[in-house]
Amino acid sequence: MRKLIISRVLQAVPTLWVIATLTFFMTRYAPGGPFDSERAIPEEIKIKLQSHFGLDRPLFDQYLLYLKNLLQGDLGPSFKYPEWEVSELIATAFPVSLTLGLLSLLIALMVGIPAGMIAALRKNSWVDYLPMSLSMAGICLPTFVLGPLLIYALSTQLGMFPPLGWYGPADWVLPSLTLGLFYAAYIARLTRAGMLETLQQDYVRTARAKGATSWRILTKHAARGGLLPVVTFLGPAFAGLITGSFVIESIFFIPGLGKFFVTAAFNRDYTMVLGTVLFYASLIILLNLLVDLLQAWLDPKARQEK
Amino acid sequence: MSSTHSSSLGRDAWLRLRANKMAMASLFLLAAVALISLLGPLLCSYSYDQQNLDRVFQSPDTTHLFGTDNLGRDLFARTTYGGRISLAVGLLATLVSLVIGVTYGMLSGYCGGRLDAWMMRLVDVLYSLPFIIFVILLMVLFGRNFLLLFLAIGAVEWLTMARITRAQTINLKNAEFIEAARALGYSHLRILFHHLLPNLIGPIIIYATLTVPAVMLLESVLSFLGLGVQAPMSSWGSLIKEGAEKMDAAPWLLFFPGMFFCLTLFALNFLGDGLRDALDPKSSKD
Amino acid sequence: MGQLTIRNLEVSFHTREGIIRAVDGIDLAIGPGEIVGLVGESGSGKSVTCNSVLQLLPCPPAQFGEGKIEWSSKDLLQLDEGKMRRIRGKEISMIFQDPMSCLNPFMTVLDQVAEPLIIHKICKPAEAKRKALEMLAKVGVHRVKEYPNSYPHEFSGGMRQRAMIAMALITQPALLLADEPTTALDVTVQAKVLSILRELCSELGVSVLFVSHDLGLVAELADRVVVMYRGKVVEQNDTASIFTHPKHPYVKALIACRPTLETSDDRLPTVEDFINPGKETEKSPTDTSPPKTSSRSAKTLVEAKRLVVEFTTDEGSVRAVNDVSIKIPQGSTHGLVGESGSGKTSLGRSLLNLIRRKSGEILFNGIPVGHKGHPHEKQFRKSMQIIFQDPYASLNPRLTIEQALVEPMIVHNLGSSKRERIKRVIDLLEEVGLGEEHLARYPHEFSGGQRQRICVARALTTEPEFIVCDECVSAMDVSVQAQVLNLLKSLQASRGLTYLFISHDLGVVKFMSDQISVMQKGQIVESGSAENIYNDPQTKYTQQLINSIPAANRSKNFSFTHPSVSPGP
Repeated sequence: MRKLIISRVLQAVPTLWVIATLTFFMTRYAPGGPFDSERAIPEEIKIKLQSHFGLDRPLFDQYLLYLKNLLQGDLGPSFKYPEWEVSELIATAFPVSLTLGLLSLLIALMVGIPAGMIAALRKNSWVDYLPMSLSMAGICLPTFVLGPLLIYALSTQLGMFPPLGWYGPADWVLPSLTLGLFYAAYIARLTRAGMLETLQQDYVRTARAKGATSWRILTKHAARGGLLPVVTFLGPAFAGLITGSFVIESIFFIPGLGKFFVTAAFNRDYTMVLGTVLFYASLIILLNLLVDLLQAWLDPKARQEK
Repeated sequence: MSSTHSSSLGRDAWLRLRANKMAMASLFLLAAVALISLLGPLLCSYSYDQQNLDRVFQSPDTTHLFGTDNLGRDLFARTTYGGRISLAVGLLATLVSLVIGVTYGMLSGYCGGRLDAWMMRLVDVLYSLPFIIFVILLMVLFGRNFLLLFLAIGAVEWLTMARITRAQTINLKNAEFIEAARALGYSHLRILFHHLLPNLIGPIIIYATLTVPAVMLLESVLSFLGLGVQAPMSSWGSLIKEGAEKMDAAPWLLFFPGMFFCLTLFALNFLGDGLRDALDPKSSKD
Repeated sequence: MGQLTIRNLEVSFHTREGIIRAVDGIDLAIGPGEIVGLVGESGSGKSVTCNSVLQLLPCPPAQFGEGKIEWSSKDLLQLDEGKMRRIRGKEISMIFQDPMSCLNPFMTVLDQVAEPLIIHKICKPAEAKRKALEMLAKVGVHRVKEYPNSYPHEFSGGMRQRAMIAMALITQPALLLADEPTTALDVTVQAKVLSILRELCSELGVSVLFVSHDLGLVAELADRVVVMYRGKVVEQNDTASIFTHPKHPYVKALIACRPTLETSDDRLPTVEDFINPGKETEKSPTDTSPPKTSSRSAKTLVEAKRLVVEFTTDEGSVRAVNDVSIKIPQGSTHGLVGESGSGKTSLGRSLLNLIRRKSGEILFNGIPVGHKGHPHEKQFRKSMQIIFQDPYASLNPRLTIEQALVEPMIVHNLGSSKRERIKRVIDLLEEVGLGEEHLARYPHEFSGGQRQRICVARALTTEPEFIVCDECVSAMDVSVQAQVLNLLKSLQASRGLTYLFISHDLGVVKFMSDQISVMQKGQIVESGSAENIYNDPQTKYTQQLINSIPAANRSKNFSFTHPSVSPGP
């Protein structure tokens, strides 16, 4: 196990380095980018850029300076709002998105997994068809349609929850429901498929031959194998939740990192955009490491690192 | 077990698909949507970008089948035109991802060894990055471009296709008929294209059918964020965005494009599931 | 109590092709402490019967008729799931064929063996674990003591099957159902597992229903034998009588067509000979009854010198073939026998350059065969061919038979026109006992035996001189096996072919071969003529191999003293 952790961490370092280097060169050489000499840049920003990035020095020095800054967590000043540091902006916005993401994930797992399991156990009955059709609908409905619909139904018509903002726990409900239900749909289908396949395995038949009850078979024998596909899905699911946060935060006017990022993109706030990209990349790598560990915990065969 | 007429695997699969009512219904639905999208703009007396400022926010009636939007443009024309764009993006991006993904996966699986390990490591790295971030990055740096849009989408979706193709290739590579082909002296090229590829077609078709809705969903998210097709062009995604904004005042603006979009996705997913059952009878459905 | 009586059992399956009667009205009884062997080939219904007792069949598509399965004055087929569960694992236990897939890979072996005690509330978990440890030690799985948290994938096949036996017997059931428990194991391992099973069952007074396709194996432990064919019981009798006085033609055929180590005929009898004597149900290959005079010359056709094949695995590099040298004279058959991991398959494939060798030379007709891509490669590919074990995977499912057989000719430029090639293909099909009507069909429309014949025909398309038969009859029923072996022998005589015949089954190898090499862990431990290997084995391993073969499969004239005749430790 420990070997697995160490090797994954070691693999992460070059990946991060590659991303950092790529973004460095992309911004230097992109047409219309901030360092394109043809662009007209306000004076004060120019000064800040100069000092932060060392633009008067040779390219390689700039690169080293860039890396050094990164390691210290210094992502530079925001291009659009130079009095703010990018890292400060991320620090304020990220906890909001984190809350949203965790809540959505919780909803997705707590709705999706049981739905999938029950559907698998009572295959081809209405307990199977109904959730599966709903989940199919969930997959086909983009979050930016589901969101407004939920706002309309639960907020405008029934007045149960506030539609916008992020001031208190009541605000958390609709956004996390929207994002959570979308992923619950995927998870329900994956769970069902995984459970069905596991229930057909020979070792489940052995468990039946030992006289195990259906509940025991489900929890002790089939659950681990059946949930593996869900765990594997968690990796891309995290990526999806981050993506989803852009949309959700826009619809519900939530001051999270996603909204900041999209706004920065439109404002052509290069340092903000780049800093956020790097932040997200590190986050993803960390999350994938966690997923790998979870997989290794579930599946004894995966514990040996090749 | 000799029958009087031969039945190829393709024919068996087609018969199984035919028996699946949901899948056949989906197929017809898709054909209908495609037809409407193709012919709609031609049949309609209004063009998709024709503004008519004294007929703003009209609810559906005989002149405007689906109503009009905030600039008096006919929604039927815009929806059907949007269908062309969305379906085109879906199909083209899927095609791109198919070509790249299948070639990559097939080569990686067939060659094996270190080459395979490195190729898959690249896929793993790319797979875990939320692509939208890079699309946004590209858009910010290089500006908005229709071609760039669907190349970017296709260039991300190939990952799943590559993984699946590789898994299947590895399965097949170890099957004895491939070894028999090598023992009979067939060249690698012949084995790849005459023996391997035809046996990969099943999963490829299934996942291609399931990739199209994924691509369309991605395009719609991009449009929502304002990074998709530019006005006055419309895709279903951008129409839904506009509709969602005006939902209280003019619900038809959300309803019609939303319905087309969701029905198409629905049908594609059901068709994909049906194909999966037809081509692989041992699947977990039954 | 402890008596199982099956009356008129009928089991049918709903499939796309219609209703198939897997079990068509059978009667069977097992008394307390009895060991009954249930023998049949594929499609006989033996496994379905066995699974029916514990109601383990999925109920659609399985459907039961009017029959009963009586146990402890209850009809098991009428019991509801709750009552059935109380019997499973407690009064009646079951073990299955493949111990890898039948053990839960996510649970430790100890937990799984202890589980029946916990499920049936016989004792508390801590006590159950202790008993499980004891039981595992009893069956010889000692690793668990040192590593109690071991998982199934850390054990070998034989150890896993022993664990399964421990798991099934830990509750001391009255009846044990054993569905082909040793089929997936090596011969030497099989013998050990069988003796453990026999000892433990007699010690605990457990009656056993032992299902197998191998009549000889069953004779090792059964008091009575029941033979099934196509869903019906064709004969049942005590073991000695089945062998000495078989009544039903099918049973006679089963006994006759399996090559024992003493078979010296050139041709094996087949089931058809017994069931339809004189009538030809399958077309017999053209040119039967080969002359006994061999076309063997002293010329060496294929030679391997100091061959080494290495694989890199997670644990480092493994030498699958470790410095092996062989000479095969033209027109003869060289047999290669060994268990799993012996390297025999790797040797066969490296001779054909299908896997890369690390060092050593291969000579064909005196000319060295270079590594892949050497100038004469295509020529060698024409002359050296291979037939594989699994006929289901050996044919491209997307090609018709015609396409599959014409392709090698196209690649090697044989035959000057399409018409000529098709004619050659038809001739080949007839030579292996098929016909022109099979040209347009696809592989999935044929049975296993027929597919293997097609593979033989395909191997012959390039007019090879040397063919490697890599376990090519191992996946078949005995009756089908006999047909294919006869075919191979007659082709050898009519075409002057040279074979390398690889198998784990010493009886089959001896039947086919002139010379035999015994392989173990990548090396040849003994080599000699077929007769000498059996009559006068030089090494302990060869002796152990011979001893592990069930007595009935060793010789037709075995002295039937049962059950205390055990084949060694």
